[in-house]
Amino acid sequence: MDRIKQIYNDEKLLKKLQEDQNITIEDVLENEMVINMGPQHPATHGVLRLVLRLDGETVVGIIPELGYLHRGYEKMAENMSYIEFIPHTDRLDYTGTMCNNVGYVLAVEKLAGIEAPKRAQYIRMIVSELSRIAAHLVAIGTFAMDVGAVTMVMWTFREREKINSIFDRIAGARFTTSYTRIGGVASDIDDQAIAETVQFLAELEPALIEMDKLLLSNRIFIDRLEGIGILPKEDAIAHGVTGPNLRASGVEYDIRRAQPYLFYNEIDFKIPTFSQGDCLARYFQRGDEVKESIKILRQCLDKIPQGEVIANDPKKVLSHKTEIYSKMEELIHDFMIINFGINPPVGDTYFSVENPKGELGFYIVSNGSGQPWKLKIHSPSFCNLQALSQLCKGVMVSDVVAIIGSLDPVMGEADK
Amino acid sequence: MGLEAVLKKDGFFTTTIDAIVAWSRKSSVWPMPMGISCCAIEMIAAADPKYDIARFGSEVMRFTPRQCDLMIVAGTVTYKMAQVVRRIYDQMPDPKWVIAMGACTSSGGMYRSYNVVQGIDQFLPVDVYTAGCPPRPENLLNALMTIQEKIGKTRARDFQNRSLAELEHS
Amino acid sequence: MNTKELIVEKVKDKFGESVEEISDFRDDLCITIKKDQIVNLGKFLKDNPDLQFIMCKDVTAIDWATLKKRFTTVYHIYSFELNYSLRLKSNIDDDPPTIETVSSVWPSANWYERETWDMYGIKFLNHPDLRRIYMPEGFEYYPLRKDFPVLGIPGSLPLPFKAE
Repeated sequence: MDRIKQIYNDEKLLKKLQEDQNITIEDVLENEMVINMGPQHPATHGVLRLVLRLDGETVVGIIPELGYLHRGYEKMAENMSYIEFIPHTDRLDYTGTMCNNVGYVLAVEKLAGIEAPKRAQYIRMIVSELSRIAAHLVAIGTFAMDVGAVTMVMWTFREREKINSIFDRIAGARFTTSYTRIGGVASDIDDQAIAETVQFLAELEPALIEMDKLLLSNRIFIDRLEGIGILPKEDAIAHGVTGPNLRASGVEYDIRRAQPYLFYNEIDFKIPTFSQGDCLARYFQRGDEVKESIKILRQCLDKIPQGEVIANDPKKVLSHKTEIYSKMEELIHDFMIINFGINPPVGDTYFSVENPKGELGFYIVSNGSGQPWKLKIHSPSFCNLQALSQLCKGVMVSDVVAIIGSLDPVMGEADK
Repeated sequence: MGLEAVLKKDGFFTTTIDAIVAWSRKSSVWPMPMGISCCAIEMIAAADPKYDIARFGSEVMRFTPRQCDLMIVAGTVTYKMAQVVRRIYDQMPDPKWVIAMGACTSSGGMYRSYNVVQGIDQFLPVDVYTAGCPPRPENLLNALMTIQEKIGKTRARDFQNRSLAELEHS
Repeated sequence: MNTKELIVEKVKDKFGESVEEISDFRDDLCITIKKDQIVNLGKFLKDNPDLQFIMCKDVTAIDWATLKKRFTTVYHIYSFELNYSLRLKSNIDDDPPTIETVSSVWPSANWYERETWDMYGIKFLNHPDLRRIYMPEGFEYYPLRKDFPVLGIPGSLPLPFKAE
């Protein structure tokens, strides 16, 4: 009580309170509002802060602010060995996690000159495509939830749970698995995992048809997305956008075809493209990519050869635990690799893979020791967000939500 | 269970107000999902049809702090984000509880770097810590059940508006 | 002739004396050029009808932790016509480090250069909007320099006050 009396007895404060009663506005219709669409918001797909300048309900200008999830990956990578960084790459794009692991391990293998065996490459392709399906399901589900169709999240997550239980069987964890190793993968997949994958694919196709029937006959959904957020072809290339957003604007660029890695040149698949470049095209693009991934998975499961799953290069690749415990040379090599690292040659490389969000690239500079001198992560969500300020000029506030949902940024990778 | 049998027999039952208030508070805990990074996906997975969180009364996951009693902090908290988390915690009305989900919020997790707060209990009072990176949805449901037990043991008069209490005593 | 030789020949024709080094480690072509010619080289690579390097994928920097020639900026650009990725480097030896911006040639370099400024402290001249992008505005250090510790400097970032 004393404190309240103190406030009312303060002269300066009372005068200021009385002054503010005489506010006038010259022209009532001429004021622009600056609104903060803060880091904690149900529709910003993570911690992204947007400062909007509004004229009524129309957006005049937009400034995104990042950095709310900056965890310092690049600094930490300079202080730990190549093998220790693999669990950190899991958490970059946390909706489709295995693709990040595969990308990082392929970059290190290119630098060090190691080649993984054929069965390991096929296993990496299978888990990559499963992650791509999982990531696109999350994207479609949350996008539909933002626009208003709340049931889609429950249906897509029901399918995603089946993928999670397949990962649980293969790698031991539901989604942040750290399954790949330099020189191969951590363990072999057994026949039951393959049977579960085949059954999952058989159940996914009718589920996709059901989801399409639910959304595409809804007049409100189509009206809300058609013609909104058009990204023309030249602007998409000029802003550095990659992935499904670029393909929905008409550029047919997919790294699995342009610079093939793993064994994608032996698999037959199409690259869907759309030319309109609006939110509806991006939604269709992701749905078509899920269907292509199902085709790729079926072919991989047919073609997978027998063999080992880790390369036989004892000075650079960790060998199996049973051999380490029983033989002398493997023990010495294990000690050297864990303590001093794999020691690739001096130089720098850049390698990129096709992530569900775009192109994930790793630029590694090595000075010959077991820890990288510099590791730069080229994350697709960071580049896709640059196009946001151009896409959102002149639309309404509720369209901003639809545009962000269709661009699908993941802040774990945009903020590194 | 026993309630309907008692009501059929005599038509009334006696209890204390504390027990009724505690029972109603713990059966309908409305969480506020502060989903920041990877643990947010597991939190949504806890709400999906396989690991239903609605059967614990927590189906209403509203993103406004003014209507919630439980804040689930899911994801790595950086120094820049810590100001925002604290502000939202202050906006929640009493009584309120906090679950620190995952390793990053309990102790900084695997990120020992310049921008990550090593544990949110440096600026928030935490009730339940959950281990895992990310914790399985069953682990989150276990944390929710622990909070429900804790709520069941509190007395209704323990919670009052703190700032009014400070004003009256200072 | 194949793509690599085509690019090397065209660049050497126009910028012969400014090119410092051309290397080819693990099959990646990399051209090192003097820092005042970087914008001209970028314009040439983008506008030439045979080359058409229209997409800039990344701009970053390396800190060698030496007394002289401490930083090197690295640019990754891509051409759809040739389906080829190229790397450009330029060494910076003044202190405080500055270099001309390439965002007039490739607009996507805008945020990449802001990130390099935030992490390394390299100032890009004539940049439209050079502010910090990851760290909060008042932060005084540059995190990715080799003299900044991984654990950070205690007290450089504020925590909210815990009310009880």
